[in-house]
Amino acid sequence: MKEKIRIASGQGFWGDLVDAPFYQVTSGPIDYLVMDYLAEVTMSILQKQKNKNPNLGYAKDIPDLMRKILPITKEKNIKIITNGGGVNPEACADAVLKVAKEIGLANLKVAVVLGDNIIDKIDELISSGYYLNNMETSEPITKIRDKLLSANVYFGAFPIVEALKLGAEIVITGRTTDTGLTLAPMIYEFNWDKTDYDLLAAGTVAGHILECGGQASGGNLLADWKSVENLAEIGFPIAEAYPNGDVIITKHENLGGKVSFETVAEQLVYEIGDPMKYITPDCIADFTSIKLEEIAPNKVKVFNVKGKPETEFYKVSCSYFDGYSAVGTLTYSWPEALTKAKAADEILRKRLEKLNLKFDEIRTEFVGYNSCHGPLSVKIDEEKINEIMLRVAVRSHDYNAVERFGKEIAPLILTGPPSVTGFAGGRPKPNEVVAYWPALIPKKLVEPKVKLITT
Amino acid sequence: MKVKLLDIAHGRSGDKGDAANIGIIAYNMNGYEIIKKHLTADKVKKHFEGICFGEVERYELPNLMALNFVLHNTLGGGGTVSLKHDAQGKTLAAALLRMELEV
Repeated sequence: MKEKIRIASGQGFWGDLVDAPFYQVTSGPIDYLVMDYLAEVTMSILQKQKNKNPNLGYAKDIPDLMRKILPITKEKNIKIITNGGGVNPEACADAVLKVAKEIGLANLKVAVVLGDNIIDKIDELISSGYYLNNMETSEPITKIRDKLLSANVYFGAFPIVEALKLGAEIVITGRTTDTGLTLAPMIYEFNWDKTDYDLLAAGTVAGHILECGGQASGGNLLADWKSVENLAEIGFPIAEAYPNGDVIITKHENLGGKVSFETVAEQLVYEIGDPMKYITPDCIADFTSIKLEEIAPNKVKVFNVKGKPETEFYKVSCSYFDGYSAVGTLTYSWPEALTKAKAADEILRKRLEKLNLKFDEIRTEFVGYNSCHGPLSVKIDEEKINEIMLRVAVRSHDYNAVERFGKEIAPLILTGPPSVTGFAGGRPKPNEVVAYWPALIPKKLVEPKVKLITT
Repeated sequence: MKVKLLDIAHGRSGDKGDAANIGIIAYNMNGYEIIKKHLTADKVKKHFEGICFGEVERYELPNLMALNFVLHNTLGGGGTVSLKHDAQGKTLAAALLRMELEV
């Protein structure tokens, strides 16, 4: 058994710093590179892409990234784990293997984790009495069945562990928990058991710290963000994991950013509910047991994590089509920028009302005045405001209403209050609204499958 | 005495469906004792009047000198549906730090 392993975070979401994985594999020693690409909305975008082309449906950045890093990871024996397979892990693996062939890498072992996509099983589930009730509203999925776009089960770390046991150098999954990507190599390397709940929780906590990339190493830091050095070349976090569950969060020394009690604590409280019950398919982690200690500059020890047995359910993340939306903006300058923006909003609303269009919601915000903090925003002396951006957003199930709204924004330039600009982008176009439907499904109804493919 | 939350704590916020979560972390134990005693769910709910339309849950994490608040019915229908500029509640931690506590 290895004395310790170093797991590096390479992506916090699809759209994150493109070169972060390259710097992680070249700037110092690591054993694993883990990359989280999936947010709730990402799955439905990928499903749409797959519907148009059966060879798509995964994070398209991956093949290009692999071209750049595979020669390095192969040489240094760094294993890669990612959920960027989205709704089509097999096509992603094919694309990666194609790249490997092109750059002359022989014997690359790529594994895929399949079985999370249950969109084709929904009707069968409904007829068997599993209604995938919405976790927030308790409504049955039959309510939105005809508008359903995607349905994916969150798998945990164990299918990835199976892939690693098969000798995979790259593991590509679909909807796997962000934390499972980091926990898996710890289970594999340290032979942790399915019932070692404290250890599984420790790995899960490490995964939670790594899952948002640079957000744990100085990015988006509310505590004294100006103290973070060289954000331009931020080093993403690295978890140095030990067999007893202790983890040291750090980063490559020659990169920017900062790892401290504050950076790690902020990430720990990010997107959590009840901290005593952080539920994953692998265990329930208790965030109130975690101890943090700064043991050296840019080294924070995370220890004493307690865990409990996993639940009998997988979480299912479904998405469905829910109408259209559009956002239009115009910028008004001093003098009386806010007064003019407010007047323009009133004129726009009167015109829309006269057209008798049906909107589910019309929302107005004044960017530079109240768009972030709403009614909490302080009142500003209007003489001191240089400019205000009027931002109006609409939502409707009627496509024509949303499209017509887009046509009513530009005319305000010549038919509304003065000193207005900012319309270079053209008319706002209707976008499809994709809503989210979280549900639970008994684990016994879903079976993860692991497949190894070699060049 | 009035204490500005910004001076004694930091934090981070994000989304969970239509609920926003705000983690507030004190800079030291003294600060944690203050927020633990005075930063109640009711005060947070009142602070976000006009933004948060649901219940506010509060959880304590003394190990991190932190409190976690879950603000239900706050994001205009959730990240993908919401028409808000800050649809994921990313700036709400900063909005809470505007608060002044009477201690």
